[in-house]
Formats: sequence, C-alpha cells, structure tokens
Amino acid sequence: MNSIDVVIKGAKLPNGTVSDICIQGEHVVDVVKDYSGPATHVVEATGCVVLPGLVDLHTHLREPGREDAETVLSGSQAGAKGGFTALSAMANTSPVADTAGVVEQVYRLGQEAGYLDVFPIGAVTQGLRGEALSEIGAMADSVARVRVFSDDGHCVSDPLVMRRALEYIKKFDGVVAQHAQDPRMTVDSQMNEGIVSARLGLKGWPAVAEEAIIARDVLLTDHVNSRLHICHLTTAGGVEIIRWAKARGIDVTAEVTPHHLLLTDDLAGSYDPVYKVNPPLRTEHDVHALREALADGTIDIVATDHAPHPLEAKECEWQEAAFGMLGLETALSIVQKTMIDSGMMSWEQVAERMSLTPARIGRYADQGQQLAKGAFANLVVINPTKSWRVDRDLVLSNSSNTPYHGHELPGVVEHTFFKGKQTVINGEVISKGAK
Amino acid sequence: MRHLLSIEDLSKSDAVSILDTAHELARVSDGAVKKLPTLRGRTIVNLFAEDSTRTRISFEAAAKRLSADVINFSAKGSSVSKGESLKDTAMTLQAMGADAVVIRHSASGAAQRLADSQWMSGSVVNAGDGTHEHPSQALLDAFTIRKHLRAGAHDLEGLTVAIVGDVLHSRVARSNVLLLSKLGAKVILVAPPTLLPVGVESWPATVSYDFDSVIPFVDVVMMLRVQQERMSDLYFPNAREYSRYFGLNADRMKSMKQGSIVMHPGPMNRGLEISAEVADSARSVITEQVTNGVSVRMAILYVLLTGSALEAGSN
Amino acid sequence: MSIALSAPDIKRALTRISHEILERNQGSSSIVLLGIPTRGAHLAARIATIITEIEGVAVPCGTLDITLFRDDLRLRAPKAIMPTTIPPSGIEDKDVILVDDVLFSGRTIRAALDALGEIGRPRTVQLAALVDRGHRELPIKADFVGKNLPTSKSQSVRVLLSEIDGRDEVGIEGEVL
Repeated sequence: MNSIDVVIKGAKLPNGTVSDICIQGEHVVDVVKDYSGPATHVVEATGCVVLPGLVDLHTHLREPGREDAETVLSGSQAGAKGGFTALSAMANTSPVADTAGVVEQVYRLGQEAGYLDVFPIGAVTQGLRGEALSEIGAMADSVARVRVFSDDGHCVSDPLVMRRALEYIKKFDGVVAQHAQDPRMTVDSQMNEGIVSARLGLKGWPAVAEEAIIARDVLLTDHVNSRLHICHLTTAGGVEIIRWAKARGIDVTAEVTPHHLLLTDDLAGSYDPVYKVNPPLRTEHDVHALREALADGTIDIVATDHAPHPLEAKECEWQEAAFGMLGLETALSIVQKTMIDSGMMSWEQVAERMSLTPARIGRYADQGQQLAKGAFANLVVINPTKSWRVDRDLVLSNSSNTPYHGHELPGVVEHTFFKGKQTVINGEVISKGAK
Repeated sequence: MRHLLSIEDLSKSDAVSILDTAHELARVSDGAVKKLPTLRGRTIVNLFAEDSTRTRISFEAAAKRLSADVINFSAKGSSVSKGESLKDTAMTLQAMGADAVVIRHSASGAAQRLADSQWMSGSVVNAGDGTHEHPSQALLDAFTIRKHLRAGAHDLEGLTVAIVGDVLHSRVARSNVLLLSKLGAKVILVAPPTLLPVGVESWPATVSYDFDSVIPFVDVVMMLRVQQERMSDLYFPNAREYSRYFGLNADRMKSMKQGSIVMHPGPMNRGLEISAEVADSARSVITEQVTNGVSVRMAILYVLLTGSALEAGSN
Repeated sequence: MSIALSAPDIKRALTRISHEILERNQGSSSIVLLGIPTRGAHLAARIATIITEIEGVAVPCGTLDITLFRDDLRLRAPKAIMPTTIPPSGIEDKDVILVDDVLFSGRTIRAALDALGEIGRPRTVQLAALVDRGHRELPIKADFVGKNLPTSKSQSVRVLLSEIDGRDEVGIEGEVL
C-alpha cells in the first residue's frame, strides 16, 4: 500500500457519517470508514465536523489603496483562520477594480500569498460611478477570469445602466451582484429607520430603500433573462420579494451576512460606530425572517462583507465613522450560533450555503466541491463543541473593527486545508515563511 | 450623577431634584448674591463644535456665578473646525484638567461618545447633540412651565403641552417629550407628517396634524424653530403654507385657554413659526426661558460637580 | 445611645439662651435671628418665639443655607439646597445671631460667615448653639451655648426636634475610645 500525505481521522462529514479523509498532493484520494494504511501526517479529528473549504462571495481586501486597513495577504490569513479557502475581493479599491490590470494584480497577490484563492470581483461601472460600463469583457477574459461584477458600496441605481449590465454579462456567464440601496432615499443615512433611529436622532435608512431596488432588479433580470445576485439582504420585505422571484423562476440568488443574522439596530444606542454598517443592522423581526429564509433556501448563501477599517475611522462620532465590520474570522461561529445551535440548519446545509452554492454563483470550479474522491482538498475541520472568546487585539486582519469583541462564540476552526496544503494547524494560521 | 447626556437616562427624582435645586439657586440669584463660591477652583470647558451663542453664554453665566473657571473652546478658530478628531480634542481637555465639559456638537451621540470613552475623566454635559437631545433646554422648559402653572408642586401632573413644528430634526422636542411625560404632563406633537420621525408612535406622546383642533385644549404651546434649509428639502411646499397650518399667529392665539403660555427655545423665525405679536404678547414666556436657563444650568453643574471626587474614587 | 439633654432640658437651655441674647444686645431692637437649616432653623424660630414672649415685640427671624458655601463639596454627595430666607428688614447694620444645633469643627459656621458676607454687612455676628461638642478645626467660638458636651471624635451627637423628629432630645451615640 502506498503512503499518502495526510489522513484526517474520525471527523463527521456534512451528511453526518464519520469517515477518514485521505489527501495526496492537491486532491482528496479517498473517503473511507477506517483508513489503516500509512500516512505522512495524521490529523486526529474525532468529534469534529469537516466541511468543504468555505467560499466567501463578498470580501473587502482594501488592496490596492488602503493597505493600512487590509492587504490581500492579511485578509487571506484572516480568511484561512475562519475556515475559508476562497475569497471574492470586492472592486471598491483604489484604483477601482474596473480594468483587467487591477483584477489581475489582485488575483496574483492572492496566488502569491497562497493561503486561499482570491477571486477578484469586477466593477460594473467605471469608477463605481454608475454611469458607464467598465471593461467587463477584458476582466472576464483576464487571468483572473472574473464572473462576478459588482459596484458594492454603491448601488447601480440607474435602471438603464443596470439593464445594460445584466444583458452584457450574459456573454460571459457572469452575474451582477447588486448592492441594493436607493441613493436618494438614503442621503446621509446612518442606521435602520424605525423606533431606535427616532429615539437616537440618527438619520434613518428605510427598509424600502433596499426593497425597491431588489424588486426593480428581479423584474429587470426577468425581462432580459439574465442572472442577478443580491448582496447582503437585510429586510423581511426583501426576503418576500426574493421568494416571489424564485417562485416565478427568475435566476436570482441572495446572500446574508453573519452580522445581519445576529445583531440588531438597538446596538446603535451606544453610539459606538463598531455597529455602523452598510446596509444597517435591522430589527429582531428582520433577523428572524433572514434566519428562516437562509434555512429554507430563499437566501442561498452566507457572505461575510468583511469590511476592515483603520482605528481612526471608528474612534469618532457615529456620523463621522466609516461603515463596515470585520467578518472572516467569526463567520462560521456566528452561523453555528444562529443556525446550527438553534436547530434551524444542518452542517450539510452550512456546507451548501457557505461553500458549494457561493462557488457555483461565482463559477469557481475548483472550489465548493463535495468531499469525495477526486475533489480538490479544500476543507475545514471545525470543533463545534469548543468555544472561544473574540479579542479584537488578536485578530489576523490588519484592522480591529469586530463587533464581537469580548463575545464567547461556539465552534473553533482547528484545521484548514487549501489544495492539500494545511493553512491552519490546531487553530493557528501557518506563518508566511513556513510554506 | 456624573454626566448629563440625555433625558432618557435621567430618573424622575433626579429631574425633580435638579428643578428644586434650580428653584433655590434662582432665589439666591434674585437676591443680592450674584456669585457663589461653590465651584471655586473647578474648570469647566464649553466645547462648542457647533455655533450656539445663547446656549454657550447661558452655561458660561451659570458656571461663573458658581465661581468656576470657564474655558470656551468654540468651533470657529479652534482645531475642531480644522478636522481634529473628537478623541484628540478630548485628550487635550483632559490634559488641561477639565472637571466638566459642556459639549455642543452636530453629531448625535457625540456627548455619549465623550462620556463612554477613556479619553477624558471629567463630567460631560450634553448641550445639544445633532438631532438627538438637548437635556438642559428641556429642564429649563419644565422649570418654566412648573413655575407658571404648577407653582409649589413637584411635577407637571395634569398639564397638556403641545410641541409644534419640526419634530423630526429637533433635539429640543426629543428631550421635552421624554422629560415632560416623565413629569406627568400629556404631550401632543403637532407637525406636518413629513417632519415627524418614523417610529414616533413609540414615543410617550400623541400626534396631531391639525394645530387648530389642539390649541384650545393645551396649557402650553411650545413652538419649534423651522430651519431655513428644510424649505429646499421637500418637507413642505413653502414657508407661507407652513405658516398657514403650523404657525402661531395672533388669530390662533385667541383660541388658547385662559392662563396658557407660549414658549420657544429660540432663536425665533418671527413671521414663520411664530408671529411678532405672539412672541411679544403677555402669554409669551420666551425671555423668561432664557433667565431660567441660567439657574437650571447652575443646578446641573452643582449636581454633577459636587461629590465628583467621591465618584472618581479619589476619596 | 445615652441621653444628654431631655425635652425639659432643651426648653430650659433655649430660654436661657434667649435671655442671654437679650442681655448681651440690650434688648431685641437690633437683632436678627438666622437659623442654619435644617434643625438650626427650627431652633432659631423657637428662640424668636421666646424672645417675642419676653419683649412683647416680634423679632426678625430667617434661615441661612450654607450648602453652596461649604469647602468640602468635592468630597460629599450633592446635598439638596435648603431655602435661605432673609427677613425683609435685612441684615445691614444689624446684630445677627446665627443659630445651629451642634457646634463641632466650626466649618459650617465659617461657611455661614461667607454666606452672610454675600448678603450684607451686619454690625455684629454672634453664634448660638444648642450643643458644643468641642473638636474645633477653626478659630470659632460660640457666644451662647445650651450645653457643653465633651465627646470623642468617634462619637456622634444626635439632635431630635419635635418639629421634624416628633420629640425633643439630644443623645450621644458610640463609645468613648
């Protein structure tokens, strides 16, 4: 019998069966009940759950332009720590990822870092200005093979521009990931519009500003027979629209962030901008609707919207502060807390929502594969019975704007494998030089 | 009590005790005594990152009557207007040894940020933060109402107060709704639907769009200032139409109850939300609000700064 | 608690103090009584009543709150401010008799002198105290004393007056160390 590189022993697969996973080179070479042959490394994983490597469809890596907040390398390390083997780098960098040059640079930085795949997302419009289409074809045909296009941070608010984008991307099997926010209804908006904003005197951000764009765009998508992805859905009303659109057969997918599955708008009462995020935290009612929609598949995926910001962008008055919170290192724990520990979802569904489906939406062929013989060895081993305390001073991200500082969260990522290579060993990310 | 940040976190008994203290302090000021040694050696900084001459001089007069040293740190010509962060400003004030900071700021929650941060250790008094609260204004308004309509009583039980105008953007309205209802008064908000916040139904107040139907039943009409910039922002068609529905003019004043009073936090737009005849009428207590402001702010500084060494744990 | 003054003792002491005040000031024509709240104000009112009975004319009597003039405000929880009531005739050129229940460190009286100075310029200021328990921290002395009570610093003197406490009594609490 030939020796293999790694055997992961005793972990529970997403479908609940306990198996040993054999890895040779970049691939899974066998999944068997009891592997008794020789292996260079044995990873003891009894009591753990093994999932296909997580795929994030919505990450802000800030490079190029704001390397003080995050780099492709630091973001990759944070991602690996969180169990991810693929990230999708949003286009709102400086310069904007609206040309083949920028997306190829980001893609190459990801390969050089080597912790996971970094798939650049291309801007829909030049400079995210919402006026003229960016070089969608050049980005699609570049080495970065961009399939997801988004002006995230800004809404493609002009209906004609949105229509043209939806039509044009069909040539490349692309998808428009829409940041649904009517700009006129949200000028200077600070937080969800409702009882809490009325009390705090912070300018409201109505749910309808999100829902009106979602409704318009599913209709446009239907009309031009294209593919639409809705970024960070936050409202119960938005869930209803997606449910309606899917029933009608419209090719739309939707994502929810971990923070919108857990946190609510009353946290703004502290005026601590660590809770300031776009789209804003909504109400308890919305949180429950989002959890149900994620469980029943109306919402297809969880995406982090990991948004690092330097200290000074958050150590200030609420209305001066930047929008966004960290997400990569805590995403899986938040999903376990809200969806698994509440009994609403199985690990198999987590694998779908956080790996298989996002990879399918992004057309990331080597990612999101079932854990079976012949698959790329992208996987994460989680101990769901352990818990850990979030400490903003210990995060791997270059920034520290996590809203969970001090929270005790369930589920520890013990090991992450990216194409057969271990990037996290016993909860520790391997250092850059060690590879 | 260490800070005064909002009426929301002020208990009824704390509020009544500030009003009672203000009452005694007003009597002292009325008499021959103009200056008290109470806060001698203490430093109070007026940090005004937004223009407001009347509130600043009111706090300044209050602090000086209590013999505190007052430092004015106003937006114009200070580093606040040059983009210095609130954190750096706070650390500067801490280094100067400020015992209390009276802060006016255009950002809602700025006072609370200052108080909750580790940037400085003194007391924080919110002198108006964005569209959130203006607690000292509400306290002086309650003081004025009590003096006129409930002399000798602790609270405002049995009174009805109409707050009229731009409730949406008004920190004065927010603080007054909370305080007046806490003190037992019934509050009616009168405004065009565009100038009421979504979520107002959760406030301890009722809402009316019809000023004329409300006016004969209230003991107090409190008019709010309408900012000029609201005109261009689609809240109402024009100033004339606003005045017609929501302005307090001599004609409307005729239907007011016997003994009822008219208030305005100032500065007034005469001819827009209030006519000159009303502002200068016998019902108007607007200038008295200014006088009472000093006593109430003396009371606030007294309550916050006495025993401060105890709370800071240096005893 | 041991009782230092009973109700009849207090009555006798106040009567004696009233006579002494009149004797010292050659009648009541120039005097103004100012009690320091809370209990000093009630004692001043009682002395005023006794003097009125003796002399047959009303004597001006008011209250003087010293809270805002204390030198220990930073160290004490905020105290409610009590009313200050100066008789309409004022204090200018009068013989002001400050009345307090217990004379101890002298700091209250120092504050009272400051408070008085803000109001006017009396001809003389005199001090009447129901109890003098010693332990002065300032050069202050009472002109009229109900009873000298030698105490240790660890003890406390409690004055009860019927107006607010339901009965008249002065007691000493705590052990002599």
